[in-house]
Amino acid sequence: MAQGVMAIAEQRDGELRKISYEVVSEARRLADALGQEVIAVLLGANVKDKAGELGQYGADKVIVAEDPRLDPYTTDAYTAVLAEVVKANDPAVLIMGASVQGKDLAGRLSARLGVGMAQDCTAFSIEDGNLVAVRPIYAGKAYAKVTFKDGYPQMATARPNVMAVNEPDSSRSAEIQEAAVTLDDAALKTKVVEVIRDESGKIDLTEADKIVSGGRGVKGPEGFKVLEDLAAVIGASVGASRSAVDAGWRDHTDQVGQTGKVVSPNLYIACGISGAIQHLAGMSTSKVIVAINKDPDAPIFQKSDYGVVDDLFKVLPPLTEEVKKYL
Amino acid sequence: MNIIVCIKQVPDTETQIKIASDGKSIDQSDIKWVMNPYDEFGVEEALKIKEKFGGEVTVIGLGPKRVTESLRTALAMGADKAVLISDPALEGSDSIATAKALAAAIKGLEFDIIFTGQRGVDEDNGLVGAALAEFLDIPQFSIITKVEVAEDGKSVKVQRPVEGQTLVIESSLPALITAQKGLNEPRYASLPGIMKAKKKPLEEKTLADLGLDASEFGEGARKLQILELTPPPARQAGKIIDGDSPEAKAAELAKLLHEEAKVI
Ligand SMILES: Cc1cc2nc3c(=O)[nH]c(=O)nc-3n(C[C@H](O)[C@H](O)[C@H](O)COP(=O)(O)OP(=O)(O)OC[C@H]3O[C@@H](n4cnc5c(N)ncnc54)[C@H](O)[C@@H]3O)c2cc1C
Repeated sequence: MAQGVMAIAEQRDGELRKISYEVVSEARRLADALGQEVIAVLLGANVKDKAGELGQYGADKVIVAEDPRLDPYTTDAYTAVLAEVVKANDPAVLIMGASVQGKDLAGRLSARLGVGMAQDCTAFSIEDGNLVAVRPIYAGKAYAKVTFKDGYPQMATARPNVMAVNEPDSSRSAEIQEAAVTLDDAALKTKVVEVIRDESGKIDLTEADKIVSGGRGVKGPEGFKVLEDLAAVIGASVGASRSAVDAGWRDHTDQVGQTGKVVSPNLYIACGISGAIQHLAGMSTSKVIVAINKDPDAPIFQKSDYGVVDDLFKVLPPLTEEVKKYL
Repeated sequence: MNIIVCIKQVPDTETQIKIASDGKSIDQSDIKWVMNPYDEFGVEEALKIKEKFGGEVTVIGLGPKRVTESLRTALAMGADKAVLISDPALEGSDSIATAKALAAAIKGLEFDIIFTGQRGVDEDNGLVGAALAEFLDIPQFSIITKVEVAEDGKSVKVQRPVEGQTLVIESSLPALITAQKGLNEPRYASLPGIMKAKKKPLEEKTLADLGLDASEFGEGARKLQILELTPPPARQAGKIIDGDSPEAKAAELAKLLHEEAKVI
């Protein structure tokens, strides 16, 4: 009988990523509802010393798989190792982050295991002993409540920044177990030949706690300066609408929306963005939304918690000064 | 180079979604159907590779007859031939079953590269590409913004942006690539293209033609079951901030973000 909630942690260059704390914390809540244990899994080259930390967030056991071929991530190597770990431990539920890596891995792993998988979920619960997941579909225009049939583990990925992180408890510790890694070199067909790092130090939009985003109303690449200034003061990342990206004012990795990134920050400030349905698709799970737009009829105001009807170039500089008072 | 592009037909992104009376599906009346936007990037990239290396681009769709329109759009853009997998038993299939049917159709073809969109903008699963690659036992590259096929046509190098960095990954061919925004700018179908598309081959296949067992498809075979669809949680239009000047509004906003919303 499948038992336990498995959470796949994610690391980069040996450092645990925030999504790891999110999935382990969520796994703890689900395991408590099932009356079962949390098994966290950590893969990488030299990651064992980080494993204990996952215990503080709720893991009972941490399975560590170490191998130079597990850093950096490749679909082949991770799927091979995880398929073994899952078979050996037979968990009832398996969750991981809906990060770029997690989405890629979950797709391949669920196909290999032949089980259903719910992608990019915003809420989980246990009903009648089964995982029930809520996932936005049609770009957030509907929410689907789904569950699983036939087979374990019941697999899902969690949208980053949505699941609450437990307060770390330093008195809690987890049993650390090393997994024997058997990787067949011939089966490893893909190879990471280069890692191009973004040296700007800016936090990726999908992980950002605050985002200041600009649209066509910003009027040009130079116009983003006032957004960057506010972002620097409040510790935000800068996003953009498709119009701003297609005009070449910002890189496509900055695009928020249906064909861009889906973000869930605590604060989203939309500047000179009209609020087209495809833009809303990417940011409607933000906790607090602010719109600054000179058109009082812009649809974005219907979705915003706070609206300022005015010229963004006149509002942002004093706003940047005002927020300093509270920091 | 033989390239296959899998195409999904989805509701136009402007479509207002209405939940059907069963509470588990969407009301399909009044929907304008279009090619999944991510698949357009796949078609464009396939055409570019063909222009450089020669060969053939085959587009494959799955679903009801109306999907033919999206396949014709791809043919009008420049693809050479199309296959439509259509069978009433497919209705309600989940991503794994969809990938299984696509794999069966592709197994009989020669291919070097397969493109799918990184996700369908309807169910937003992002699963078909990975499952298809698994069933065909080939490597997959997901969420890709750059594709470079080696001069000898035997391997491929791709770029995948992940949070804060970009991975450059390589493998031998055949491989499957899921297309992401940034990969290219899809071309429009030209008028001569549209005329030519009418004469290009479009083959239709049922599950039986593919040697598949209908009981493994459709609603009843779903591993992921939909219990309920609901409208998104309502967001009330919030406060419009009053003030005589932009400065006054800025001050009031900062105060509210600090005191009320507690995010600053
Ligand atoms: C298939 C498809 C996918 C798409 N995907 C996306 C996506 O991922 N993301 C996305 O954003 N869009 C997407 N779009 C495009 C979307 O439909 C809109 O065209 C786009 O979001 C509009 O961008 P915008 O709000 O910046 O520009 P506009 O709609 O032009 O709005 C500009 C706003 O700025 C305001 N403004 C102008 N000057 C000022 C000023 N000085 N101060 C304050 N306000 C000012 C105006 O009042 C206006 O409301 C997609 C479209 C399609 C068809």
